[in-house]
Amino acid sequence: MASKVVFQQNFAINGGDFANAGESSIRIRAILKEIGIDATIIRRVAIAAYEAEMNVVMYARLGKMHFLVTPEKIHLTVEDKGQGIEDIGLAMRPGYSTATEEMREMGFGAGMGLPNMKKNADVFRISSTVGKGTTLKLTFKINGTQD
Amino acid sequence: MTLTELQNLLNAEMLCGTLKDNLDIQIAKASDLMSDVLAYTGPGELLLTGLTNHQVVRTCQIAGIRAVVFVRGKKPTEDTVKLATTCSLCLLTTKLSMFESCGILFSHGVRGVTRQSTQEV
Repeated sequence: MASKVVFQQNFAINGGDFANAGESSIRIRAILKEIGIDATIIRRVAIAAYEAEMNVVMYARLGKMHFLVTPEKIHLTVEDKGQGIEDIGLAMRPGYSTATEEMREMGFGAGMGLPNMKKNADVFRISSTVGKGTTLKLTFKINGTQD
Repeated sequence: MTLTELQNLLNAEMLCGTLKDNLDIQIAKASDLMSDVLAYTGPGELLLTGLTNHQVVRTCQIAGIRAVVFVRGKKPTEDTVKLATTCSLCLLTTKLSMFESCGILFSHGVRGVTRQSTQEV
């Protein structure tokens, strides 16, 4: 990528760590605010990051979120090591969920995570290998409206 | 609507909060599902919920919500209140049900996230 880097940071996410789940996304929200990004874009990035972070906490053993800001775009890459997704098409369907009772008690597992991420991002890419893990690549345009 | 007005209308107890009357509540969201709260990407100042764990606080931080009303007399744990205090989130609790609380607030001018505002984003 030729574009200048305005900010970048890696965040480690631990599977099952419900107590700290969301902290990376809240940090990302604060950084974007500090940079002076538009409030609507901040909300979209924060929501997508939070859903992605919660998915790692709920379903994976560990994960890494790479956050990169250029003058034109915000990139979020979330890679996890975990069970992976067997049927991505099914997982993308709003309302479909394999969440446990514990996850539902936390207010998650409504089957809206991946659809929410897709809705908020300008570009949404997902790949997964069963038994190995899942990678998400989300891009948000800083200027202009959402596609 | 100010938080003091809301507190009187719902006969609610304030659990924590510092910005009491600086907040003008115009749009509210009501759900026990945090992903549903996040699915409404439009603005909103208030959340009504029956869920009391700390993910409620985190969800509000992410979605930019400034105050929470716990319905049916529910109270969050001390940890949740502490977390809310650190991020200036107001927490209230009312004995009224979710339906009654929403009805009262709606009849006093508070509105939901409209279809139009969710599609804007």
